[in-house]
Amino acid sequence: MGDGALSVREKSSTARVVPSARPRKLAKVPFVELADGRLQGVVSSGSDIGRVYVSSVEAGTYAFACSTNNNRPCGGARGMFCNHIRALVGEAVLQYGAERVARYLKVEVAAGEPDAHSITVAMTATRPAQGDSSAAAQVFSRFLRHLAYLELAPTTAPLPEMQWFPATRAVA
Amino acid sequence: MVPGDEGGGLMRADLLTDDIAGLDEALAAVDGFDEALVGGLLRPQPGQAGALAGLADAVAGSPLASRVAEAAEKAAAGAAGEDHFVALAAARTALLGSVHDALTARIEEAVDRPRAEESGTAPAGGEEHAANLHAAARSWLCDLARAGWRGIDHELVGGAAPVVSAMLPDPALRRPATLLDGFAAELAASCPGATLERVPVRRWADLWSRALLLTLPGAAPAPAVAEVSGRLLPLGVDVQEHATAVQAQVHAVFEPADGGTPRLVRASVSAPKPDTVVGAGLWQLLRPRMSLLAAVSEGRAVELDAMPLTAEGDLVWDDARARTGGPAEVFTTARVALPAAAAFATSPLDRHPARIAVPVLLEGYAVETAEEDGGTVAFQVAGQRLAVDTDRVPAAGPLTPEAVASSGACLGLLRWDAGEFLLQPLAVERTVRKKAVAVHAGAWAGGTTDKAGVRAEKAAIDAVKVLRERAGKLLRK
Repeated sequence: MGDGALSVREKSSTARVVPSARPRKLAKVPFVELADGRLQGVVSSGSDIGRVYVSSVEAGTYAFACSTNNNRPCGGARGMFCNHIRALVGEAVLQYGAERVARYLKVEVAAGEPDAHSITVAMTATRPAQGDSSAAAQVFSRFLRHLAYLELAPTTAPLPEMQWFPATRAVA
Repeated sequence: MVPGDEGGGLMRADLLTDDIAGLDEALAAVDGFDEALVGGLLRPQPGQAGALAGLADAVAGSPLASRVAEAAEKAAAGAAGEDHFVALAAARTALLGSVHDALTARIEEAVDRPRAEESGTAPAGGEEHAANLHAAARSWLCDLARAGWRGIDHELVGGAAPVVSAMLPDPALRRPATLLDGFAAELAASCPGATLERVPVRRWADLWSRALLLTLPGAAPAPAVAEVSGRLLPLGVDVQEHATAVQAQVHAVFEPADGGTPRLVRASVSAPKPDTVVGAGLWQLLRPRMSLLAAVSEGRAVELDAMPLTAEGDLVWDDARARTGGPAEVFTTARVALPAAAAFATSPLDRHPARIAVPVLLEGYAVETAEEDGGTVAFQVAGQRLAVDTDRVPAAGPLTPEAVASSGACLGLLRWDAGEFLLQPLAVERTVRKKAVAVHAGAWAGGTTDKAGVRAEKAAIDAVKVLRERAGKLLRK
């Protein structure tokens, strides 16, 4: 049945293109994503419960930025990756898998399989520049948008479109 | 080889591998159009023009003929407007509708159950709702078609975000919002399209054309419902999810209190979710909205009192109209009640092969496993091979591919994808110390005492707690 011109994956309506995120603890890094050409996210402050840091690393150049949600610069991110950015890389690897994080950031690790440590080392070895924090507002608003999903009520009206999104055992 | 008929109904598996007249031709027209979307329709090449003409030819005998012919011509000249893209999406949808019908007719023959009857219920009010948002979505989708999957970049894909954010809070727009959200996330993860290794050609054309048709006035009206009373006997739970949405669908046999024909029905519950809530954590979002999930886990029937039911066989669940009933063992339901249960007809827009999910009980099969092929499982049923889609069994449950491979009976959903029929297991029976033991994919839906399940669910509850706490601190500032 069907023709042989396209591969099975190309002919599938329901092949999962993006695997599920892997579960991780969210207390330290409540939000991380690979978007807008950056690894970006939000890191909780260790000392002030009302404060979060907005951190990002650009794919390819590894230009980094870190500031608080009130737009104060992070003291640790002067000339090098701060601990917030290191935590961000670690949690991104937990959530998406090291391979996808490395591919997105365009990081080539020295030897073997990439992991959070080797990805961080490969990036810092290039002595990346400190970027400006102009993206922080956008990242923070994406975080708020992400949180807003929890406020949306469940419904029992059927969503036939979800037939195209089957559950899968595969994870990132 | 052929199992004895124990009242469970014998499946004519041979019919599932036989050719279906016209299927290849219809799919070839679809594939041609889908391939044209890969390169985009901004500056079409001669090959793309041929594919567009092929799509138009395939619907030449239908009421769509002249509109699609015109649209194909304009698109081939790189001058397609929104109406033209809509016409092309409609032609593609109609072709896949005919594929759906042919496959469904074949399944009905194979499982030999009462036929799906056409129901005459018209949808409820279809007044235009949120026309601006629909127009914005349509415009984004047309830009995608012009760029093609090879031409997508972050800026183009990001154009969906404001539309999705504006649609999500409105329950009446949940269908287009959920579809666009999942589709855009997938495109974003695949950017830039120029360096994409393999394009999911049919899938993205499916999502694109469906989304485009959903933006039309009256395409997804609130369904008309009838109120029904009687006994609901669950068969199993099918879970669907993308990064920011989850839906659980309970398939069940409904026995009307008035003694009418038993029917195959579904009850669904869905929720938007943050992408970090996954696995066992999904149930906590859904459980409070549908008591049926607990009944499924406990193996109980549910008594319905005036529960709304759509013409497609979807119960629109309301806990106030449901009462947990007596024990109802799933395999007993499958053997005794399922063979007499009649399916509902599918609504016109939903006629698509991906929508096919027919509950079937299989027994007396031989199991084939292939280690080298990523551990794929297939059943030999009456001499015919039926692939088993174990990847669709949620990881957050006790049913595993190994349990499926060592089973003697399997209740599942018969589906069709990429040119073949597949079985999605919902539950299996295994013989352990000469006793039949059932394992259900959705066993954890209502809660679990399984150690791994408890741990996974606790972790997910903590994750939601952290996010709610953050939201409380940051969202309302």
